[in-house]
Amino acid sequence: MNSLKTEIKLRHIAIIGNPNAGKTTLFNALTGMRQKVGNYPGVTVEKKEGRIIFEDGSEAILLDLPGTYSLTANSPDEKIATDVLLGRVDHTPLPELVVCVVDASNLERNLYLISQIIDNRLPVVVALNMFDVAERDGLKIDIQKLSAELGVKVIPTVGSKSLGIEELKAAIAGHVEPSSRSRQWILPAPVQEECDELKGLLQQMHRLPEPIAFHEAIVLLTSPSALSEHNDRYAPGLIEHVKRDHQKLDLLGIDRHSVVVESRYEWIKRVCSAATVSHRRRGMSASDKIDQILTHRVWGFVIFIGLMTIMFQSIFSWANVPMELLGDGFNWVGAQVYALMPAGDLRDLIINGAIGGAGAVVTFFPQIIFLFLFIGFLEDTGYMARAAFIMDRLMSKVGLHGKSFIPLLSSFACAIPGIMATRTIESRKDRLVTMLVAPLVSCSARLPVYALMIAAFIPRKTVLGIFSLPGLTLVAMYLLGLTAALSMAWVFKKTLLKSEAPAFIMELPPYKMPSFKSVLLHMWERSLLFLKRAGTIILGVSIVLWFLATYPKLEHASPSEQLNQSFAGRAGHLIEPIIKPLGFDWKIGIGLIGSILQREVFVSTMGTIYNIKDAKQARGNVSLRQHLQQDVDPVSGLPTFTALTAICLMVYYVLAMQCMSTVAVVRRETNGWKWPLFQIGYMTALAYSVTFIIYRIGLVLAEG
Amino acid sequence: MIMPKVTLNALIPGERCVIERIESGTMSVRQRLLEMGLTKGTNVELIRFAPMGDPIEISVRGYRLSLRRVEAESVIVSKNSHQ
Repeated sequence: MNSLKTEIKLRHIAIIGNPNAGKTTLFNALTGMRQKVGNYPGVTVEKKEGRIIFEDGSEAILLDLPGTYSLTANSPDEKIATDVLLGRVDHTPLPELVVCVVDASNLERNLYLISQIIDNRLPVVVALNMFDVAERDGLKIDIQKLSAELGVKVIPTVGSKSLGIEELKAAIAGHVEPSSRSRQWILPAPVQEECDELKGLLQQMHRLPEPIAFHEAIVLLTSPSALSEHNDRYAPGLIEHVKRDHQKLDLLGIDRHSVVVESRYEWIKRVCSAATVSHRRRGMSASDKIDQILTHRVWGFVIFIGLMTIMFQSIFSWANVPMELLGDGFNWVGAQVYALMPAGDLRDLIINGAIGGAGAVVTFFPQIIFLFLFIGFLEDTGYMARAAFIMDRLMSKVGLHGKSFIPLLSSFACAIPGIMATRTIESRKDRLVTMLVAPLVSCSARLPVYALMIAAFIPRKTVLGIFSLPGLTLVAMYLLGLTAALSMAWVFKKTLLKSEAPAFIMELPPYKMPSFKSVLLHMWERSLLFLKRAGTIILGVSIVLWFLATYPKLEHASPSEQLNQSFAGRAGHLIEPIIKPLGFDWKIGIGLIGSILQREVFVSTMGTIYNIKDAKQARGNVSLRQHLQQDVDPVSGLPTFTALTAICLMVYYVLAMQCMSTVAVVRRETNGWKWPLFQIGYMTALAYSVTFIIYRIGLVLAEG
Repeated sequence: MIMPKVTLNALIPGERCVIERIESGTMSVRQRLLEMGLTKGTNVELIRFAPMGDPIEISVRGYRLSLRRVEAESVIVSKNSHQ
């Protein structure tokens, strides 16, 4: 790491562009692997920085701003992009140069952002990306004319083929001036007059530099919400002035809200007709033909469900191999420590607390990597937008956005990447609702618990000739989770987080071949972020749980007796009266306490209680099943576990929040403890009441 | 002749029109639609409906945009007789 001193000396360059313009690919090409990901202070927007090395060996910091269509902020991501360009973000200096990535095949809309950035009077270089796609589509762009119209350097690039990268580097290596041309889009005269007057006031009263004063003046005059959102930022006299201006323009019959956008687009039309010649062929493009199938009434669904099935099958089966390898690796390390260290509490702490805890984090890693790999491919090809397009109707029934579908779907593997995937959701309330319900979707950590309970207690019967009862039970658990998630989303949208149905205004980018490099990089960044976010908390909690299960120490006790007498064991007894109404005894109580860390710990805890020597092997082991089946309550003489207990336990595991990693990530993503604590509360209440009802109904049915 | 008020969601796939104005809807939706290029005088073609009938997909300024019927309802258009 370089010292702070050299960081200050380096030039700061920002890269910005519309979503789907190929900004990330260009960013990767410019910086290589010299990247780091962090967060902007106070918000959960990712801050991605890289280092760019020029031909002469000098360096600069390249900041990858979130993709945005305009500088009129909507989502937190877009707001950050705007704030950085206005120098309003702490610890992020105002960039000395802005690289604007423009999709050449979609010039008109992309130039909208450019027109806003040029107004800021920052030095700009335009990377005219996907130049090959534009040419293939029959669009001929005169680079020199475009450059002259915009007043900035324009470099044609093809990020996916690394074309034009050196030219782009050369263009930003030297000194760059702000656009040589003054603002060219023309406001209607009355609006222009008010704007000039307000700009003068802002410069005078708030000492704003000219370009920023102009930007603020426009926003204040035309944005519907700027005045109410930022009225603490301006002097009262200024606010009065703006209000009078609004009235004046309204009286003239000018639509304040659309006037600026229309003026800009009129200018863009002029630029485009001067600098481009279109020979666009009529008829369907390749992307259209693909969409005829992929968004087809019938085939669209078939392919969508097929893709999702393949995705989950592969996550489960492919990730299994590295997961087991990692698990074995941690066991091996534990064994080495066991052999090397003298017996005692410290050795026990290191093996069962630290190594066990680290293993708990890392064994999830392969699943998370695979999920991000799939999501990366779906995003990069353009299919993700279609998935949201197809599923939006369904999601809107519970008041959510099509974009909420993917986070919920991801949660089938693990709620953590699911919650991290909510960042694409623009509305804060919708994002929160999605995060709150995502852990209800049955993740892979529940599978060992389901597997053990089903194998031990659900009879292997065939139903309706083709379905097996154990299989159906498993499907029922997954459906229960999904139903609960959607129902709770509906409840939250109606009550606590009431808000209007979110707007669904989303670009459907043309399909393209994915860039493997981008997908892999993205996957790696996301996965590391998970390790950083969740790792420390999980490790801490696992050490605490180890302590609770180990102390106070008994002399010459079997592991089972030891656990029984430990703090955790006593807590299990202590909560027995609370969980008795659900049909659970103290042994399950200990299992529930152990599951606070993560759900599959239940299996190994049961292993310890029933004295299975190697609890790690208990998962597939027949003996744990038999022990569970044969266990009898010493007082009543009835079996501890019945099919009903097993079902109740599974239902409890479907609905309860028993995952410290998820809590850690929700805390991180919401910047506080309020929402994760609420989440623990409502999920526990839900789990308890539903399990209670099922147990009671089950008892009545068993009697009748 | 007074043209009846037509909204974007009332088109059928393949039909073209010209945007007149964006009428109702929340301010943020209006702003977003304008910035995405749905300004007065812009040509728009309805491409298709999603498999469940909502949202819709349109072609505007050379790219594809999807929006819900509710949002499309606030976009007033006139059917283009020239095309």
